[in-house]
Amino acid sequence: MNNQQPLVVRLLKGFGMFWWDFLVGDTPELFVAALVIIGVVALVSESWHANTVAVIVLPILAISALTLSVKRASDAAKRK
Amino acid sequence: MFATTVSSGVVVLVGAVFLASTVEMVEALTIVFAVGHTRGWRSAFEGVAAALIALAALVAAFGPALVHVPLSVLRLIVGGVLLIFGMQWLRKAVLRSSGLKAKHDEDAIYNETVAELENVQSGTNRDRIAFVMAFKGVFLEGLEVVITVLTLGTSAHRLGLAATVAGIAVVLVAIVGAVVAKQLSRVPENAMKMSVGVLLVTYGTFWVGEGLKVRWPGNDTFLLAFVGIYAVVCWALVTMIKPKKPSSPAKVDA
Repeated sequence: MNNQQPLVVRLLKGFGMFWWDFLVGDTPELFVAALVIIGVVALVSESWHANTVAVIVLPILAISALTLSVKRASDAAKRK
Repeated sequence: MFATTVSSGVVVLVGAVFLASTVEMVEALTIVFAVGHTRGWRSAFEGVAAALIALAALVAAFGPALVHVPLSVLRLIVGGVLLIFGMQWLRKAVLRSSGLKAKHDEDAIYNETVAELENVQSGTNRDRIAFVMAFKGVFLEGLEVVITVLTLGTSAHRLGLAATVAGIAVVLVAIVGAVVAKQLSRVPENAMKMSVGVLLVTYGTFWVGEGLKVRWPGNDTFLLAFVGIYAVVCWALVTMIKPKKPSSPAKVDA
């Protein structure tokens, strides 16, 4: 980290880096999946007013995202 | 009905906060023990105290502010964060349980920290390296506890309960850690992480839905259904990816 930068800039950079690492880190696919889930459920629930569909779709999308991410990591590990 | 509804939400909240706080504090305590044993306890305790003050300042700054955010917006943001965070925890726990990723080893962390510290000379009375290591360990692990307590507690309107449960977990880990010293590796950390992941994804799913005006059948009671569903999914994922033949772990970088 560049010590020539003002303290505020360094603090803001550190804050941004923390949240980037916390939310994206080495699993960007899960971050993108969460955004997609929110978008799809917002569409289903708020635009189409289909509550039952939203109740079913939300956990299914979360499970699918987790499964794909685990499968991706598992395949990469088995290839090594 | 009301009592059942309240108790379901409270049970899941208490479980999530307690387990998450315990896991993070075991990790922090391992680093503090390594620093204390290697470089002396004074600087280690000073680092711990400074980290606790910094964490308390964060809570004081952001805690009251969160109360003023509209509940549906707060639940959507918190739900999204918990969903991502919980899926990350579950992914790691599933990979560890299946043997494709090395399990978190407190003994290895302790030995690595000790080896790192033994090679560094201290030039002053106040051991700066020990202070920074202890501060960093407690602050970074504590920050995850603070985020869990603030997000779960505020969204459930039970910030006091969440903070109390986290406090109890921290004190319990400190007492047990002081008694058993270097035996923290016996804590079944991966099973606890799997449970925390299930609870975080449960709350994440539930609050993303609440934030988007989804009406869950049975209201808060539906949390228990999510706990069961995600637990079964994790078991299925571990079974699905577990190698047929035993293989060496630590193959997954992420």
